[in-house]
Amino acid sequence: MVEYRHVTVPVRGGKFQVQMVEGGTGDNLIFLHGEDGATEWTPFLDLLAQHFHVYAPAHPGQGGSNGLQYLDDLWDLVIFYEELMQELGIDQVHAVGHSYGGLLAAELASHRPEKVSRLVLINSLGLWLDDAPIADFFILTAEERAKMFWFDAGCEAAKAAFAKPSDPEEKMESDLSRTETLAAVGKFIWPIPDKGLTKRIHRITMPTLLLWGDSDGMVPMNYGQAFKDLLPNSSLKVIEKAGHLPQDERPSAVVDAMLPFLRG
Amino acid sequence: MKLSMFHLMPYQDLPADFETQHRSAWVDLPNENFNPELGRQYYNDYLDELEHADTLGFDGVCVNEHHSNAYGLMPSPNIMAATLARNTKDAALIVLGNSLSLYQPPIRVAEEMAMLDIMSGGRLVAGFPVGTSMDTTFSYGQVPAQLRERHTEAHDLIIKAWTEREPFIFNGKYNKLRYVNVWPRPLQQPHPPVWVPGSGSLETWDWVLDRNYVYCYLSYFGYQRGNRVVQGFWERAAERGMDDNPHRLGFLQLVCVSETDESAQEEYEEHVKYFYQKMLRIYAPFAESPGYRSIHSIRESLRPQLGQETMKAASELNWKDFVEQGHIIAGSPATVRDRMEEAIKLLRVGHLMCLLHIGTMPKELTFKNMNLFSKEVMPGLKNIYQEYDDPWWPQGVGEQAIPTAAD
Repeated sequence: MVEYRHVTVPVRGGKFQVQMVEGGTGDNLIFLHGEDGATEWTPFLDLLAQHFHVYAPAHPGQGGSNGLQYLDDLWDLVIFYEELMQELGIDQVHAVGHSYGGLLAAELASHRPEKVSRLVLINSLGLWLDDAPIADFFILTAEERAKMFWFDAGCEAAKAAFAKPSDPEEKMESDLSRTETLAAVGKFIWPIPDKGLTKRIHRITMPTLLLWGDSDGMVPMNYGQAFKDLLPNSSLKVIEKAGHLPQDERPSAVVDAMLPFLRG
Repeated sequence: MKLSMFHLMPYQDLPADFETQHRSAWVDLPNENFNPELGRQYYNDYLDELEHADTLGFDGVCVNEHHSNAYGLMPSPNIMAATLARNTKDAALIVLGNSLSLYQPPIRVAEEMAMLDIMSGGRLVAGFPVGTSMDTTFSYGQVPAQLRERHTEAHDLIIKAWTEREPFIFNGKYNKLRYVNVWPRPLQQPHPPVWVPGSGSLETWDWVLDRNYVYCYLSYFGYQRGNRVVQGFWERAAERGMDDNPHRLGFLQLVCVSETDESAQEEYEEHVKYFYQKMLRIYAPFAESPGYRSIHSIRESLRPQLGQETMKAASELNWKDFVEQGHIIAGSPATVRDRMEEAIKLLRVGHLMCLLHIGTMPKELTFKNMNLFSKEVMPGLKNIYQEYDDPWWPQGVGEQAIPTAAD
């Protein structure tokens, strides 16, 4: 396992305190997590950190990162991420985003294409297809999530994701943390995760890899193809036997797909 | 003591197997379940009932706003209040209210409520709810995390629009208006009394007390359960050095009056069950969108329940439970009077809103309930708290609503 650390990064003179896990050496890589919540040091990040300097911040209002009240819309949030990169002293980065984090990574790449050397979108939000509506993930029950998010809801990673603390107080706090995460996501994309990326996506000219779990019940494969159609410099790779969270369900397969692309 | 008649205007014809076929009476119940011909009958019956309340001497009639649901067929309470403004004479028109964040710009609320106030001769109570999670964040797609901020901004804009006499600029976060200049402006001065429904959060209590408004607790679980929240409100008011005038508080209570306690059960039980089993069937995630309440508020409301047996679902209760637990106050006039008095004194409530039409009650039974209540229950309660002023009551009540030619 690669050595990693929890760090708190002040942004905008300390108005924001960003909680982040960080580890590894190599080119800079930022991972933006999805609506499933802020990321601990997962096997996926650990595999990446064997090749890259990995930064995985928690979005404002989630996982202990504060300052959500200073952000009113997606534009504010994208600017915030640009400032976080400045704060970290990163001039160029590989941006990797999952789902809601993919939407943010794509927006950041459209806003400041020169800052993103390569872009990886994993089962990403950002587009909307009327004939394949994305599930209303704000109201999914645990059972529905198990079914939609995992190819094999019985795998160890899935079981860990759905494990509930037995202590009532801890369970309450865990539920509240999930609500807090969804509230913070909802602030920017409620009720439909379409914020007009198609008007800006032509600015994403850097090499882009689209990775898609083939059994995603939330953002189905159609969206991978739709991104590919809009991004001339992209390739789409299907991760078999994975749902909405391929980086958790099949971390090695995802990293194996990413490495040749990021090193290319 | 003010006793008003509250109406939800429910849809009465949900199929017997509704509960097994649908997860919610709200948000996503297909409107193929709505029969417009029946709807026509309901609206006319319900308006007859509210107009009848006026002739019986109820202090006020109450309407409210809900969307995409079978529980209450008033997406626009102002339309109902407009017809009541013409067809009632003495009762306060308590519009509880307009969910402020749904109107963009909220000038619309300032305008329509001013119209209602003028048409009714100054009988309007302006209700300013945040609105339920179902109505606001799901049916109307509002961002949950911004709902309360929008509500407060809309409130500030409306009050200023009602009280300024020159056009002004409003540069809000959600409302950018170069020319705010509301025509007409309200009859009541400086503006109609404001009542705010809430669900028991500290934030709302403070919001209401900061502005010296009426706090309304609208619960379907009766005065005994509601008392915990209400006492919290009174304690907060005391902490802040406010007086304990009972008219600071409004409360909703379901009431069923019949000749005897036994006949009350015979006449009302099926209707009460329809209400609790069908109308209050709400898919849990719809009832609380993420961000609708602050994490702090949710934690405070959950903590007392930790480790306790959860409250028995209302759908599992029988008539005896409903009556004994005070969800409904039901029985003979004497029984109802006694329990109403107990509730009024326990809660220290000066504005009691009585739900006298419940679920599937037909018009004849609703009239009977209202007649018995007004003749045999109300007189024994009217004088409670008469030593207190009520600065939150519309100024036009008791005045001649419709001017004569000589005016």
